[in-house]
Amino acid sequence: MLAKIYAWLDERLGITTIYNTVLDRKVPKVNWWFTLGSGSLFLFVMQGVTGIMLSVYYVPSPDHAYDSIQYIMTGVTFGWLIRGIHHWGATLMVIVVFVHMLRTFFYGAYKYPREFTWVTGVILLLTTLGMGFTGYLLPWNQRAYWATTVGTSIAETVPLVGPFINAVLRGGTDLSAVTLARFFSVHIWWLPAIIAALIGIHLYMVIRLGISAVPSKED
Amino acid sequence: MPHSPHMSRSDFVKVVTAFLGSIMGLVVGIPAIGYLISPARKRSASDDWIPLGPLENYPEGIPTLFNFTRTKVNGWERTVNSYGVFVIRKSDQDVTVLSNKCTHLSCRVNWIAEDQFFFCPCHDAQFGIDGKVLDGPPPRPLDTYVGEAVKIEEGNLFIHFVEG
Repeated sequence: MLAKIYAWLDERLGITTIYNTVLDRKVPKVNWWFTLGSGSLFLFVMQGVTGIMLSVYYVPSPDHAYDSIQYIMTGVTFGWLIRGIHHWGATLMVIVVFVHMLRTFFYGAYKYPREFTWVTGVILLLTTLGMGFTGYLLPWNQRAYWATTVGTSIAETVPLVGPFINAVLRGGTDLSAVTLARFFSVHIWWLPAIIAALIGIHLYMVIRLGISAVPSKED
Repeated sequence: MPHSPHMSRSDFVKVVTAFLGSIMGLVVGIPAIGYLISPARKRSASDDWIPLGPLENYPEGIPTLFNFTRTKVNGWERTVNSYGVFVIRKSDQDVTVLSNKCTHLSCRVNWIAEDQFFFCPCHDAQFGIDGKVLDGPPPRPLDTYVGEAVKIEEGNLFIHFVEG
C-alpha cells in the first residue's frame, strides 16, 4: 500500500530523481571537516524553529521585551530550554559557519569553478554575524543596550557617512523603541529571508559542481 | 545472506533509526507542545479571604463602604483592579456584605442615608438595604456575601472573594 502511494507520488513529483541528485551524489573520499556545511544548515533550521517558538511570547517593545523574556524563562513550561537552545545555538552557528569557511580556505575549495559558491558563502557568514548583532539587542537588558550602543557607534567612525549610517541603524540619534523594532524586523524577516535564498543558491552550486577532494601533496 | 535467520544489516539499521528517531521526536516534541500550551494550563480564576478589618469599625445597621484592590497577573502583565463592598452589620454574628458594583452596567452604587437605598448614578437604579432591586434597569440584586462567604475570626471580618 505504502509502496503504491509512493509510486503514485514519485511519478508526479520525481522524488527518486530529487533524492538521487541531492543526496545520492558521487563524492570523493573526505573527512569530518566536510560535515560543517550540513552542520551550518542544521543550525540555521534549528535557530529558525526555536526563533519561531520564541516569537510566540516575545514582544519587541521597550515596555515588554525584558518582561516577556523573564516570563519565557520563569513562567512558560520549557521556556528556559527553547531560549537556551536559541541562545547557545547562535554562538555555535557563528563558530561552525566560521570553521566551515576556514576549511574551504585551507583546502583551496574556493578555486575554479567554485568561486561563486565562495562569494555566496562569504555573504552567508556576514549575514550570520548580522543575525548575532541584531539578536543581541532583543533581550533589552543593560548588556544588550550598551553592546548595541557601542556596536552602532563603531559604524559612526566611517569617514563622512558614519553618522548617517549610525542614524539609519538606530532609527534616530539614540537607541529607542525604533531601534528595537527595526532590529527585531531585520532579525526575524530580512536576514532570514536573505540567508534562506543564499543557502538555496549555495546548495544548488554544491550539487551542480560537486564537492572538492581533500588536496593531495601534488596540488 | 538471504537465508540467514538473523535480521539483515539494512533492516537492523532501519529499526534502530526508527527507534532512536522516535525517542528524539518525543524528547523534542513534548517540550515544544508544553511550551505552546503553557498559558492555557494556568488557572486565571483566583479566590482569597479578604480581611475587612475589625467588626467594631462597622456601625450597626449602617451600610459602610470598604475598598480593596486585587492584582491579576496575565503572563508578565500585572493589572490592579479596585473593588468596593458595603458592610451591613446587624449584630455581632449577623453581617451582610454587598458588592457596590451595579448589576446593570457595573457602575458603583452609593448609599443614600436619607432615602435608605443604594443609588446608581448611571441610570438611576435603586437597591434596598438587602440588595434587592427597587427601581431601574438592573437585572438582578447586588452581589451578596452571605453564609459560607463571610467569616468572623477574633473580631475581624473576612469575605471569600472569587474572581474570574
